[in-house]
Amino acid sequence: MADMELTGAEIVVRCLRDEGIKHVFGYPGGAVLNIYDEIYKQTAFEHILVRHEQAAVHAADAYARATGQVGVAIVTSGPGATNAVTGIATAYMDSIPMVVISGQVPTAAIGQDAFQEVDTVGITRPCVKHNFLVKDVRDLASTIKKAFFIAATGRPGPVLVDVPKDITQHSCVYEYPKSVSMRSYNPTSKGHAGQIKKAVQMLLEAKRPMIYTGGGVVLGNAAPQVTELVRLLGSPATSTLMGLGGYPAPDPLFLGMLGMHGTIEANMAMQHCDVLLAVGARFDDRVIGNPKHFAKEARRIIHIDVDPSSISKRVRVDVPIVGEVAQVVEEMLKQLKASKEQPDQTALKAWWTQIELWRAQDCMKYDHTSAKIKPQYVIEKLYEVTGGQAYVTSDVGQHQMWAAQYYPFDQPRRWINSGGLGTMGFGLPAAMGVQMAFPDAQVACVTGEGSIQMNIQELSTCKEWKLPIKVILLNNGYLGMVRQWQEFFYEERYAESYMTSLPDFVKLAEAYGHVGIIVEKPEDVEPALRDAFGKYKDRLVFINFLTDPRENVFPMIPAGKGLSEMILV
Amino acid sequence: MRHIISLLMENESGALSRVAGLFSARGYNIESLTVAPTEDATLSRMTIVTRGSEDVIEQITKQLNKLIDVVKVQDLSDGSHIERELMLVKVRASGDLREEMKRMADIFRGRIIDVTDKTYTVELTGPGSKLDAFLQAIDPAAILETVRTGASGIGRGDRIMKI
Ligand SMILES: Cc1ncc(C[n+]2csc(CCOP(=O)(O)OP(=O)(O)O)c2C)c(N)n1
Repeated sequence: MADMELTGAEIVVRCLRDEGIKHVFGYPGGAVLNIYDEIYKQTAFEHILVRHEQAAVHAADAYARATGQVGVAIVTSGPGATNAVTGIATAYMDSIPMVVISGQVPTAAIGQDAFQEVDTVGITRPCVKHNFLVKDVRDLASTIKKAFFIAATGRPGPVLVDVPKDITQHSCVYEYPKSVSMRSYNPTSKGHAGQIKKAVQMLLEAKRPMIYTGGGVVLGNAAPQVTELVRLLGSPATSTLMGLGGYPAPDPLFLGMLGMHGTIEANMAMQHCDVLLAVGARFDDRVIGNPKHFAKEARRIIHIDVDPSSISKRVRVDVPIVGEVAQVVEEMLKQLKASKEQPDQTALKAWWTQIELWRAQDCMKYDHTSAKIKPQYVIEKLYEVTGGQAYVTSDVGQHQMWAAQYYPFDQPRRWINSGGLGTMGFGLPAAMGVQMAFPDAQVACVTGEGSIQMNIQELSTCKEWKLPIKVILLNNGYLGMVRQWQEFFYEERYAESYMTSLPDFVKLAEAYGHVGIIVEKPEDVEPALRDAFGKYKDRLVFINFLTDPRENVFPMIPAGKGLSEMILV
Repeated sequence: MRHIISLLMENESGALSRVAGLFSARGYNIESLTVAPTEDATLSRMTIVTRGSEDVIEQITKQLNKLIDVVKVQDLSDGSHIERELMLVKVRASGDLREEMKRMADIFRGRIIDVTDKTYTVELTGPGSKLDAFLQAIDPAAILETVRTGASGIGRGDRIMKI
């Protein structure tokens, strides 16, 4: 019997099913109508209709961040694809595995300035790990398979598959490849044995060790190994904004986040250690500040990363190790345990004495007596009320930093934010992605009144899917992070950082069918949160906390300065 | 430092723009870039001439390797290699210049491949420096048009880049 032929549209849907996809975020349009017709007929996965394509991509992205699986979004050609670009770039900067399927005008119309035509492959090229334009239906299944493979392996990232409309109509025999082999793409997984040995030796000889972990630890599922390594060595540890949760933050060996808004103890220990182990991190400008200042202190650096181009990019390293972080650290653990040598306990003790002095400066203190609501206090209460177990998504600005600083994550994949691109508008759609993946989990979206308005339309999607997200709006009336920079560096000229005419957020939430609460006094913070996670557990609750408009994020390293040049409270 | 980098990549549409896009997005120099399919039609061979510090060149090779379509990258400047470039020059060839141009082409082992009453078109191959030298040696006013391919490079001896 001849194999049955499927249309391209059927193939797209079958591929997603055979890939084991359970949720797809998207928005229909002319070029993808055939695909949507097939989506209509199937039951293998749920399609979540968003209200703007950017939100579909952010939701798929956060779904991937929370679950570790590849997120999937579908958009139409032209404006659908351009709306998706911010989401794709966001995922790219944070190395998130994602497949975006975009419709395209029919092959014959490509290049004719056809209705809703854009060069999607061209526009997205610099912000995807890879992209494809499918020109023959017979290549469709293998291209989608490759897209999933590329997205998930090596340093993960978004992959876009552009599918012209005629391809969705053409048909061929369907076969989903079981595996992929590409001569041009073979990511390294195992680290170099000699380098690993050198690294272990260096760590054993360290007098002032420091372990610095990044998003790669979370993405590479290396949190257990890294945690064990830190404890075995008795070394201090820090995380980047992207790495939070990769090491349990409440642990005393953890010095807090480092970088522009990192703690004194983390930044000083980075600057003054003699052996630095960087795991899945990339020494970016928000982390080490000025590389020249960083290089002033002599230290030996070991750098483990799956992406060779991340190594020795901004900082020269002594022992580069290319490989999957979990595998490499696992191997280091084996060798450390087998070694007769021990870390120098006397030196380590002296190092910790120094660190405790830094820590004693208590750089995260803030005014607890104020009559105004302090944003830090809201986050601390959020932590208490959720038992530290919530998934916290955030937007971009001061609120993001406070969430990172005052919610000590003890597990990976709980803290979900746009670190690399810093995309305002990420938080709410991200919370949708997480809540779709984990319907019973507590999901909080910490946001600002600027950011939330960039994708507020998604409150409607949340209603449709009954997503019980808690929107924690730290409403300071300002584009706070912008205001902070203007206060410090522009002599308080607050150019366009104040928004008048904000909506009544309570009524707005209610208009979308949700619960709205306004909180104006510190003593009402906790009860409101308890209601949100208790009484209104099954509802989306939008809490508008009117917070101190003048509060700033501390410590702060001004752009271009060094790690030991922090501005303190 | 000037470096000459060779790469083998999948002969896919858009592959060239990935390389060109990488150089412009990351602010790397391209002095020249040549590309054509190899004897295996599924592969293209590209030669890129670029300039940068050692750190920059290291990043360039790593970033090129990271492109999904790139199969192999080699910095030819790391070892002994040969580079050749082709130039076509249209020059004035009337009056006294006619003899003069013929002689210069001979000296540089060029070939005259097109002739009119008033012009010659000279074909020259060699390292870029030789082509520069030819242009310097002739009367600049006599040059009507030049076209150069940019360098192609290959390793010397046993140094082979293949998959
Ligand atoms: C899409 C986008 N546009 C602009 C910026 C620049 N930006 C960074 S933080 C910020 C202010 C954010 O204000 P808000 O959401 O109210 O948060 P707050 O800082 O007050 O907590 C702006 C405008 C950005 N990160 N993303």
